[in-house]
Amino acid sequence: MKLSALHQSYLNRRRSPLDSSVDAPSKSFLAVFWLVLHCLCCLISLLLGFRFSRLVFFFLVSTPTTNLYSPPFRPNLPPPRIDLTPSNATTAEVKTSSSRVVVGRHGILIRPWPHPDPVEVMKAHRIIERVQREQKAVFGAGGKGSRTVIAVTPTYVRTFQALHLNGVMHSLMLVPYDVVWIVVEAGGVSNETASIIGKSGVRVIHVGFDQRMPNTWEDRGKVEVLMRLRALRVVKEEKLDGVVMFADDSNMHSMEFFDEIQNVKWFGAVSVGILAHSGNAEEMVMSMDKRREMVDEVEERSSLPVQGPACNATDKLIGWHVFNTLPYAGKSAVYIDDVAAVLPQKLEWCGFVLNSRILWDEAESKPEWVKEFGLLNENEGVESPLSLLNDPSMVEPLGSCGRQVLLWWLRVEARADSKFPPGWVIDPPLEITVAAKRTPWPDVPPEPPTKKKDQMSLSQGNNNVVVIPKQQQQQQQQQQQRSSKVRKPKRRSKRNKHEAKPTDTTTQVSSSTKHHQERN
Amino acid sequence: MKLRSWVLIFIACNLLTFSTISAFRLSRSQPTERISGHAGDVLDDNPVGRLKVFVYELPSKYNKKILQKDPRCLTHMFAAEIYMQRFLLSSPVRTLNPEEADWFYVPVYTTCDLTPNGLPLPFKSPRMMRSAIQLIASNWPYWNRTEGADHFFVVPHDFGACFHYQEEKAIGRGILPLLQRATLVQTFGQRNHVCLKQGSITVPPYAPPQKMQSHLIPGKTPRSIFVYFRGLFYDVGNDPEGGYYARGARAAVWENFKDNPLFDISTEHPTTYYEDMQRAIFCLCPLGWAPWSPRLVEAVIFGCIPVIIADDIVLPFADAIPWEDIGVFVDEKDVPYLDTILTSIPPEVILRKQRLLANPSMKQAMLFPQPAQPGDAFHQVLNGLARKLPHDRSVYLRPGEKLLNWTAGPVADLKPW
Repeated sequence: MKLSALHQSYLNRRRSPLDSSVDAPSKSFLAVFWLVLHCLCCLISLLLGFRFSRLVFFFLVSTPTTNLYSPPFRPNLPPPRIDLTPSNATTAEVKTSSSRVVVGRHGILIRPWPHPDPVEVMKAHRIIERVQREQKAVFGAGGKGSRTVIAVTPTYVRTFQALHLNGVMHSLMLVPYDVVWIVVEAGGVSNETASIIGKSGVRVIHVGFDQRMPNTWEDRGKVEVLMRLRALRVVKEEKLDGVVMFADDSNMHSMEFFDEIQNVKWFGAVSVGILAHSGNAEEMVMSMDKRREMVDEVEERSSLPVQGPACNATDKLIGWHVFNTLPYAGKSAVYIDDVAAVLPQKLEWCGFVLNSRILWDEAESKPEWVKEFGLLNENEGVESPLSLLNDPSMVEPLGSCGRQVLLWWLRVEARADSKFPPGWVIDPPLEITVAAKRTPWPDVPPEPPTKKKDQMSLSQGNNNVVVIPKQQQQQQQQQQQRSSKVRKPKRRSKRNKHEAKPTDTTTQVSSSTKHHQERN
Repeated sequence: MKLRSWVLIFIACNLLTFSTISAFRLSRSQPTERISGHAGDVLDDNPVGRLKVFVYELPSKYNKKILQKDPRCLTHMFAAEIYMQRFLLSSPVRTLNPEEADWFYVPVYTTCDLTPNGLPLPFKSPRMMRSAIQLIASNWPYWNRTEGADHFFVVPHDFGACFHYQEEKAIGRGILPLLQRATLVQTFGQRNHVCLKQGSITVPPYAPPQKMQSHLIPGKTPRSIFVYFRGLFYDVGNDPEGGYYARGARAAVWENFKDNPLFDISTEHPTTYYEDMQRAIFCLCPLGWAPWSPRLVEAVIFGCIPVIIADDIVLPFADAIPWEDIGVFVDEKDVPYLDTILTSIPPEVILRKQRLLANPSMKQAMLFPQPAQPGDAFHQVLNGLARKLPHDRSVYLRPGEKLLNWTAGPVADLKPW
C-alpha cells in the first residue's frame, strides 16, 4: 500500500507537466520508467538492508522531527493517517491515563562511549570474587561444614629445612579451614624451627623429640614414624577434633587435597605422586636416552609413580598402588646425601588421612575395626598407618577413588656436612672493606680456566667495593694454599652458599655478589 | 507437660510439611532466607479446604481434540492452560456439586492453534471463547447468575484476553467483552494496561520442570559469569529497523554491551543454556514483544538474580513473592548504564538476593510440575483465588439484570466457532 502511494505521488508529479499527453506512447514510457525506478529502489534496499521505500515515504510524507536514534517520539501511524499531531497520536495509545509506557517505535538508546569502563570491570570482578568465596564457604565442604585440618610434620634442623618448612607453611596458610599444625622436631625444640614456624599465623604445637635424626634414609624413616606417633599422642591428649593429615616437610600439597580430605569419615587414603628424584643431571640424561631406546623395544616400562588406593569398577577399595622400586634396585640412596634416587617406603604416611576421633580414648562411636590407639606398641614396628586399623579394607579411597593425585612426595636434602648461617642471617659483622682498585695483595697472573664453570675470569677488576666476611676470607686464604686441589663435580644446588670455592687467584677475591653471578 | 507434648507434635508436623516441599531437590545445603511477614509465608499456604472449584464438562472439541491435533501445545510456554485443567480434575479442591462451588473453571484451550514454527495464532480464540461461554450460559444457570464474576479462565497468551500478539492491535481490541467480569489467570501483566484487568492473577509462563531438573550442576561450581543473556536483540523478521521490538531495549543492550567482557550476551542457542545460567550471577530478563518472558522462571530456578528490564511490568504472584527483594529492576531508559547499576549493588545485597532465591518454596512457586506438588504454581493460583473469597454481594445479579453486552466487539468475533 505504501508503495502504491509512492507510485501515486510520483505519477501525480509526472503527470502535471505531461498532463495533456496521456496516450499510448507516454503510457509505455511511464511503465518503463516505473520499472526502472522499481529496480533502482530494489537495488538500494539490497544495499542498505531494509525497506528503503518505507523510509523514503516516511521522510517525504511526514515532517521528520528527530532522527532515528533519539528518545521515543510519538508513534508513526499507519498510512491512512498521515498527520502526526499529538491529539491523533494519543488515540493509538493506551486508553487509561498516566502510563509512561508508549506503544510504537522507540529509539535505541546508546550512550556516548559504549565500551567497557575499567573501573566497572574491576568492581564486577570483586563482586564475582565475593560471590565465589561465599559459594565455597557454603558448598565447598560438601555440606559437612568445615572441619579443622590437623597437620603433622616431623622435621629437624638442616640446610634444606627452611626451604621445605616454608613450603608447607605457605600451603597451610592458604587452607580455607582452621589449621592446627603439630611440628615434631628431632633433637628437641630449637630456635631455628621456632623462628620459621612462628611466622605462620596458624595455631602451632611445637613438640620436641629426644632422638637425633640419623644419617640413613631407612633409619630416618623409622624415626619419623616415631615422631608422627608422638604427634598423634598429642592429638589424643589434647582431644583435638578434625582431620589428621601428615604433611612431611618436603612434600607439596595441592589445595584440592585439603578440600577432598574434608570428606573423610574415619580413615581415608589419597593418591600420592612419587617424585623419586635422583638428582644427578648426567644420570638423568642417560636414563632419558635409555628410555628412548627402550620405548622401541618394550611397550610398558612406564612405572606409574603414584602410590595410593586401587579401586575396582564399582569404586570399592581392592588394593594399593605401590611405587615400583625394581628399576632402582641397588641404585637407591642409602645415606642422606647420596647421589641416587631416594625411594619411598611401601606405603607412605602422607597418603593417609584420619578422623582425629579415632585416636581418642573413649569408644564413642568409634568403629570396631579401629585399634585402640592408646594401646599401640611402637616397638613392634609400626610401618604405615594401616597398623592403626584392625581391618585395612575399611579405608575410604578419596579423590575420586584415587584417580586424582592430590599431593606429591619428594625427598631432597643437602650434603650432610653442609653449613648454612643460623637463621639464614649473615651474622658476623662485616669487617674488611677493600677498595677495588688498589688491593694490598701483589699481582698474580690469572689462573687458566678449569673445567668448573664456577671459575669465571676472576682476574677482571671489579669496580664495586668488595666486602668479605671475615670467615670467608680466612677460608679463602686456606684455599689459596691448597690451590691445586681439584674436586669432583658436584651439584651446585646442594652446595652451601658460603662454602669456600677454590679460588686460586691470590689477587682478586670474589665478592658475594659475584658468587650470585656465577651461580646464575 | 501436656502442653509441651502438643508443642512437640506441632513442631514435628511443621517439619514434615517442610520436608515434603523439598520434593524438587535443589541446593539443599545452601542457607536460605525467608521474608517474614505476609509475603514470604503466604507461599506455603495450603488452599485445600479454603475454596471449592467446579470444572465444567465441555465437549472435547474445546480441549481434548485441539490437543490431539497438535501435541506441541504440551511443551510450549503457554501449556499452563492444559496443565491447569489436568490439575483441577484430580485436585481435592474440585467439587462435583456446582451448588457449593466458590469458583467455576471453564477448560477451553485458546492458545493451541500453532503455526508450523510453533507460535500460537490468536485469530480464532475470541470466537472459541464466545462459543464456550454461550454453551455454559445455556446449559448451566451459573453463568447468568453472576455474568461470570465467579468464573475464572486461563488465558496465557501474549496479551492475555486481548487475544492478539501485536500490542497496538491488542490494545485496540481490549479484553473480550464477555470476560469483563470474570477472573483471568494470565501471564501478561503490565500496570495501567488495557489487557490487565483489576483482580487478574498473574502466573509465570510454563517451563518444563523435568528438563530443568536434569540440567542441574553441583552448587559449588563457582559463578563466574557476571551477566548472562541468550536471545534475540533485533527481530529481523517482524521489525528489521529495530526500535519496535522490545521498545528498543534489547537492541540498546546489544549496542552498549556487545564488547563488554562482563556481559555474556549473544543470540546463540547453546545446549548448555541451563548450565550456563547456573554459572552466572545476573540473568537479563528484558521484555520482548510482551513484557514477560520464561527467562524469569529459569533465572529463579537456577539461582541467577533476574535483571528485569520492562517498565511497569506486573510479575507473577506479586502479592506472594517479594520481587523487589529478589530481582533487580532497571528502567528501559537506564539500559545504557546497566553495567554501572549492576556493579554498584553492594555485595551484601547480592548475597542476600541469592539466599532468597535459594529458598525452595520460591522455586516451587514458579513451576507447574506433574503431578502437582505442594507450593507449586497451581497452588499459588488457588491461593490467589481463595484470597478473593468470599465473593462480594454485588457479584450476584438480580434476576433479569444484564451487564454484559453480547454483541460488543469486532464483527468477525461474532461468527460462531
